[in-house]
Amino acid sequence: MDEEYDVVVLGTGLTECILSGLLSVEGKKVLHMDRNDYYGGDSASLNLTQLYRKFRPDQAPPAELGRDRDYAVDLVPKFIIASGELTKILVHTDVTRYLEFKQIAGSFVYREGKISKVPSTEMEAVRSPLMGLFEKRRAKKFFEFLQGWKDEDPATHQGVDLDKDSMKSVYEKFGLEPGTQDFIGHAMALYLDDDYITKPARPAYDRIVLYTSSMARYGKSPYIYPLYGLGELPQSFARLSAIYGGTYMLDKSIDEIVTDADGKVVGVRSGTETVKAKQVIGDPSYFGAGNSGGGKVHVVEEGKVIRAICILKHPIPGTEDSDSVQIIIPQNQVGRKNDIYIAMVSSTHNVCAKDVHVAIVSTIVETDKPEQEIAPGLQLLGPIYDKFVDVTPLYTPTSDGKADNIYITRSYDATSHFETVVEDVQDVWKRVVGKDLVLKKREVEVEQ
Amino acid sequence: MSKQLQFKLVLLGESAVGKSSLVLRFVKDQFDDYRESTIGAAFLTQTVTLDDGTVVKFEIWDTAGQERYKSLAPMYYRNANCAVVVYDITQSASLEKARNWIRELQRQADPSIIIALCGNKSDLAARRQVSQEEAQKYAEEEGLMWAETSAKTGEGVSEIFTAIAKKLPTTAAPSSRAGAGGRTGAAGGRSGVDLNRQQNAVSTNEPCNC
Repeated sequence: MDEEYDVVVLGTGLTECILSGLLSVEGKKVLHMDRNDYYGGDSASLNLTQLYRKFRPDQAPPAELGRDRDYAVDLVPKFIIASGELTKILVHTDVTRYLEFKQIAGSFVYREGKISKVPSTEMEAVRSPLMGLFEKRRAKKFFEFLQGWKDEDPATHQGVDLDKDSMKSVYEKFGLEPGTQDFIGHAMALYLDDDYITKPARPAYDRIVLYTSSMARYGKSPYIYPLYGLGELPQSFARLSAIYGGTYMLDKSIDEIVTDADGKVVGVRSGTETVKAKQVIGDPSYFGAGNSGGGKVHVVEEGKVIRAICILKHPIPGTEDSDSVQIIIPQNQVGRKNDIYIAMVSSTHNVCAKDVHVAIVSTIVETDKPEQEIAPGLQLLGPIYDKFVDVTPLYTPTSDGKADNIYITRSYDATSHFETVVEDVQDVWKRVVGKDLVLKKREVEVEQ
Repeated sequence: MSKQLQFKLVLLGESAVGKSSLVLRFVKDQFDDYRESTIGAAFLTQTVTLDDGTVVKFEIWDTAGQERYKSLAPMYYRNANCAVVVYDITQSASLEKARNWIRELQRQADPSIIIALCGNKSDLAARRQVSQEEAQKYAEEEGLMWAETSAKTGEGVSEIFTAIAKKLPTTAAPSSRAGAGGRTGAAGGRSGVDLNRQQNAVSTNEPCNC
C-alpha cells in the first residue's frame, strides 16, 4: 500500500462512487476504500443476512422470507427522476451498460384520509377525485401557463416575474385552492415543507417542469428504478472507476486521516499501512460522524431522518395492486412541518422474493418520538410482516476542504430522488478539481 | 436466417495469470508481452459461429482489477451465463486461487452457470508446477470444463471459447442484462426502460398530462 495516490476516497456510497468514477475517467490515480465488505455505504442494498446483521445481529432471517440472494433491500428510499441530473450522468458515463431500469408504476398522494393517484394521463386527470370540476379548469390554466412559459417571450409571462414574485402569488393569480397548492407543491414540485411558498417562484417552476417532463418520458410515473436495487448504482460507478485504473479495497479499516503540521492531509492509515494521498474524499462516517472514527470531527449534524423498512406480503391497499409506488403524505394533511414519504418496490425489481413487497416510510424527525411521527404512513400499509426502524442523523461538512484537502460528502437526505446527491457531487468536484463538472460522452468501448 | 444469441461471460482468477491476455487473444488475436494490469478494456464482445449456423455472441466482462483486494461487486456475477476461471500452470498457488473463485461462483452466481477452468501459459510448460492430471481431476470432480491455453501463442484459446459456446443453451433466451444487449436488440426482451434511446427525444416543454 505504500503508493501515492492523487485521491483516496473513503466509503463506497453513491456520491463517493460517482466521484471516483468521474475522477478516474479524468485521469486521476484513485484509491477507493470501504470499511464494510460490501459496496454502497449508507446507500447500499442489503441481502437478508446483511439486513439482519445490521439491525438485529442476534437474529437469523426467518426461512419463510425465502432465499437470501433474492433480496436487495435499499437503506435509503429514493427513486431516479427520469429527466433529472442523475439520469444524465448515467447516460454520459455509459454505466447504463451495467444496469437495467424499470419504471415505478405509480405515484400517489394522500388527501383527506385516502390516497389518490397523481394523474399521469389526461384521462386520469379528468377522472381524478383530487380536484373538483371548477378547480380542474383553474389548474389546467395554471399548467398551460407553466408549459407556455418562455423566458424570452414576455407575452407568455401573463404579468408574472418568476424571479421576483412568490409562488404564493402565482397560486393566487390562478385562484388555486390550498389542497391543490399542497398537491402541486408536494406531490409534483416535491417540496418537503412549505418554505418555498413565500420565495420566488422560479425554483418551484423548475421542479414542476422536471416532474412533468419526467412523467411524460416513460408514462406511468416520473421515476425509474434499477433492477436489483439502488445498490447497483454505486457498483456501476465503482466499475467505471476500476476500468479507468481505480483501485478498490473493501473490508478495510480506516484508522487515521494523517495530516502534516499545517493540518493538510498527507495520507490515510489502515492498521500499520499508510497510503499517501494529495486529496481525500469521504462520507461523514469517516470524519467523526457519531464519533465513530475517534479522530478529528469534520462534520455537524443538521437534523435527523427516520426510515422504517417494512416487509409486506401484499401490495399497498388502494394502489391498484401496483408493483411499485411512491406515496406522499403532504405535511398539512397530517399536521406536520415535513412530508411523510412511502417508497415501495417488489420482486418486479428483483429486490425481494416473489409476493413480498418492501416499503420504506420516512420523514424528517420533528419530535423526540420519531416512530409516532410516521404512524400515518405505516397505517396505509396494511399488515406489516416485519419492520426495521432507523433514525439517522444527517451530517454536513464543517469546512470546504480548501485548507486541509479533505472533502466530505453529505448524508443522504429525505428527498425522494437523487437530485441533491448530484448537486453534492458537482459541489465536491468543483472543490477537488477546481473547475465545474462538465459531462463529456466517453468513447464507446464495445468492440465488435 | 441464422439465430444470434448473446451471453455474459465473466473472467476470474488471480492477478497476472493472463485473464486479459486470454481475452485479447480471443477477441483481437493479439498478444502483448508487457501488458500492464487491466485498464480501460473491460467490456469486449466476440462472436463464435457454431456448426449449425447459430451465432453465439460473448459479452466479456473483465475484472478491471477489482479482484485484487477481494472487491468484486455482486454486479459482476449477476446474470453471468458462463465463467472462465484462469490459473497459471507455472504457479501452483494460482490453482488454489482458482478453486476459491469457483467456490465463490457456486455461491454467488446462477446455479446454471457454465464454468471453464483454464490453465494458461502452456507455452511455459518447462516451468510447469500444475500437472494436467491434477487440474483435470479437479475439474471433473466439480463438473467444470477444462483446457490449457497459451494467450501468447494462441494455443487452445479459440477452442475453449468455442467449446463453451457449444455448451450454452441455444433454446432459452439468455439474459439481456447488459445495456449493450438491449441497445443492439440482439437477444432476449428488455421489458425495462432504455435511458439512452429516449435521452434526446424529450424537450423540457413536454405537454403536461395533468
